[in-house]
Amino acid sequence: MSAVAAFFYLFSAVAVASAFMVVVSRNPVYSVLFLILAFVNAAGLFLLMGAEFLAMILVVVYVGAVAVLFLFVVMMLDVDFSELRQGFINYLPVGAMVGIALLVEIVLVVGTWTISPDLIRAPAPGAATAAAISNTEAIGQVLYTRYIYFFQAAGLILLVAMIGAIVLTLRERPGVKRQDIGAQVARTKATAMEVRKVASGAGLEG
Amino acid sequence: MTQTLPNLLNDYLPLGIFIAVSGVIGLALLIAPFAVAFKSPDPEKLSAYECGFNAFDDARMKFDVRFYLVAILFIIFDLEVAFLFPWAVAYGDLGWAGFWSMMVFLGVLTIGFVYEWKKGALEWD
Repeated sequence: MSAVAAFFYLFSAVAVASAFMVVVSRNPVYSVLFLILAFVNAAGLFLLMGAEFLAMILVVVYVGAVAVLFLFVVMMLDVDFSELRQGFINYLPVGAMVGIALLVEIVLVVGTWTISPDLIRAPAPGAATAAAISNTEAIGQVLYTRYIYFFQAAGLILLVAMIGAIVLTLRERPGVKRQDIGAQVARTKATAMEVRKVASGAGLEG
Repeated sequence: MTQTLPNLLNDYLPLGIFIAVSGVIGLALLIAPFAVAFKSPDPEKLSAYECGFNAFDDARMKFDVRFYLVAILFIIFDLEVAFLFPWAVAYGDLGWAGFWSMMVFLGVLTIGFVYEWKKGALEWD
């Protein structure tokens, strides 16, 4: 089990270090790259706990998609660094107050948090207790029936995200000429060509 | 802990080999040009182009928000597919409730898909 501990300390140390670098690095693009490193290490921690499905989903969704979105946002913001640093002193009191409030909340939550003794005795319904059943299967057995409301709520949230993104970002572009392949193919000689007699010395009208 | 580490290491050995090989290839391609490539440095190569553009510029340029829209729609369908995997694995044990649960989920997202198609969010122009 010492190898497990070694991997645990490796993954968690790199995760914490890269999370720290996300906060302190000056270039927001570097911050996003460190965030990706933190995600990958979190996936490693999931893997060590036997939650293989979650680990892979973390890599696919967070590293593959969410981090790309963050990069887009960072690129789109067009951050001016000198301007950013100007407001630092002004915002410091408010920022410090928010940070301290959050810290107090975390300390209170963590300090008073205990694991229910019932949970220790009887493992959660989704937990892969037997080695015969895989983690993915254990999730599948409860997610769609026992936790159906959460599952459907997830679907509705995705729908809202989809519609919200379209409403916020989609602009009608007037005067754009689109290719209509159906109309193109359906053209006949009669609609495509026009033969006119042109009198000698006189042009077409116009 | 459902598995001991030697088991886990055996299972993920191909992944480790893959990461190692990709790291080696990436590093080789990164380092080889320094050793192999023809170099003739010249200050003129760093000066502005004749057309007026600078040879080196900030990579941060504003780009169209439509790329963002495409990315966010990709994430949503990515997540939808992610929900399908445990469902497919545990399908035999789920029964009709699980089946219709997933069908309603897919139906809700199909509403969004139809909306997005009709709105023209999938069209580039």
